[in-house]
Amino acid sequence: MSTASQLSNSSSPRVELGFKQKNVIKHLDSVGAIALAMIWIAPLIFAFWAAFHTTSDAVNFNLLSSWTLDNFRVAWNGAPWIRYFLNTFMLVTVILIGQFIITTFAGFAFAKVTFPGKDFVFILVLLQLFILPEVLIVENYAVVSNIGLFDTILGVGMPYMASAFGIFLMRQSFKSVPMELHEAARIEGCSWFGILMRVYVPLAKPTYIAYALVSVSTHWNNFLWPLIVTNSDETRPLTVGLSIFGAPENGVDISVISAATLMSVAPLLIAFLIFQRQFVQAFLRAGIK
Amino acid sequence: MNKHASNERRRQAIYGWMLLTPAAILLSLFAFYPSVATFWSSLFSRGTRRNPSEFVGTENYSDLFNDPTFWLVVENNLLYAFITIPVSIFFALSMALWANSKISAKGFVRTAYFTPTVLPMIAAANLWLFFYTPDLGVLDQIGSLFGFASVNWLGDPDTALWAIIIVTIWKEAGFFMIFYLAALQTIPTDYKEAADIEGASRFTYLRRIVLPLLMPTTLFIVVNAMINSVKLIDHLFILTKGGPSDASKLILYYIWEMAFAFFDAPHAAAMTVLVLIVLGIAAAVQFLYLDKRTHYQ
Repeated sequence: MSTASQLSNSSSPRVELGFKQKNVIKHLDSVGAIALAMIWIAPLIFAFWAAFHTTSDAVNFNLLSSWTLDNFRVAWNGAPWIRYFLNTFMLVTVILIGQFIITTFAGFAFAKVTFPGKDFVFILVLLQLFILPEVLIVENYAVVSNIGLFDTILGVGMPYMASAFGIFLMRQSFKSVPMELHEAARIEGCSWFGILMRVYVPLAKPTYIAYALVSVSTHWNNFLWPLIVTNSDETRPLTVGLSIFGAPENGVDISVISAATLMSVAPLLIAFLIFQRQFVQAFLRAGIK
Repeated sequence: MNKHASNERRRQAIYGWMLLTPAAILLSLFAFYPSVATFWSSLFSRGTRRNPSEFVGTENYSDLFNDPTFWLVVENNLLYAFITIPVSIFFALSMALWANSKISAKGFVRTAYFTPTVLPMIAAANLWLFFYTPDLGVLDQIGSLFGFASVNWLGDPDTALWAIIIVTIWKEAGFFMIFYLAALQTIPTDYKEAADIEGASRFTYLRRIVLPLLMPTTLFIVVNAMINSVKLIDHLFILTKGGPSDASKLILYYIWEMAFAFFDAPHAAAMTVLVLIVLGIAAAVQFLYLDKRTHYQ
């Protein structure tokens, strides 16, 4: 607040009115923002309500009815959830390790190594940002089947490992490392690989964390491609398992579906609520660069 | 000296290509080769046991153009894009302005807006199922309080696509909010003070100062929202499966159905090629045209 506006606030009656109006507007803002927030989390709240009540109590919104864990019991016994959790966990880990290795190498090459054809190859890489893996499902399915990776976790993860987005992110991050550090390490007798691992990678730690959070939450939630390339409980991730469990043909009711849904989103949701600030920062960093 | 320099250059070249090899192999395998292969297989007929696959030129494409379902799906997807893009952006901007202003319960509000972003689309669809179920669902129960008749939101061709659209907006608005929020925090507070001293209304300040400064962010979000309007189809699998009578079917879902439910890969490939062309045009327009207009002085 500048002193000028404070002065005029106390001296002129006209501005005094403006000040009151501002207060009213501020309250209206709060009301509007909170109302929208309530609407936005309503689906989650209702699912929470339904998951802990019998179906008839849930749909009648019987506020005094007793809470129950039966829905979770039914849901838990209805599908191999531990297996699905494990599959999803392995999938995001495999993808993340692959992405870290491949995007670190490629990002470093684009940022700090001069070689003929670099600009052309970089444009080719950027093209992949628009050739979405989601759109190429038909031929990617053929490729994965041909190299014998159908219905394997590696097969689900592989198309995402050479992520153009990740390469771009790493390139930007490595570019900002001052050349003096590079030179200093070289004079100390560090090899190219040593410089990469001891100078660049540690300095890019925030980028790695941001990229990891975005990658894990993207692939934890991915559905269409895993649906296509998995065909057994041993490989199916949570999202595919949940969609099969909730299929109308299976005739499960709304309370049990809600319980299963909450179960499968719980790990990521809880992690998000705890590390909220880092999550948001991660998405920002990933989006802006 | 000269010899040393050229040695160094050669070493760097070898090194650069070695570093790129893993990425190059995977990108070729899962982006470039499939793109070419998709185009190639869209020119052949579907092989059956009696009739082996043969070259048919553009026949698959003309089949698509004569297929009323294809046009319905295109129309659905255009409506999906034209509604979800501006409406999500409107909500994202409102959320960001609120989350950036001095309101009470700011932390809660921000979390509530962003939460849908971390949920899988499949889970989101399950959550919304409880809203859309006829008679028992939340929407119908609220409606009945006001005396409205029950609506089969997902089963009626007039409402099914709208039900899908609402879930998409709900899912992506909070994500886009983050980018606006970051951009808003870079606007110097002097501007607001100057506008106040000049007696500019809140609306004028928003329209003449904030929105132009947010233009690059808006462009970034528009491109992302466009990609999403092709990509975000997971909830169809839970909510409508494209029905009733294709009323809520979107292009990527139709490609999936064509390839993996009807086993008609050539027509799916032709459709994929068309989607890639549209995405390519969108990319070109973004780089060549819109980029120039968003520079703000």
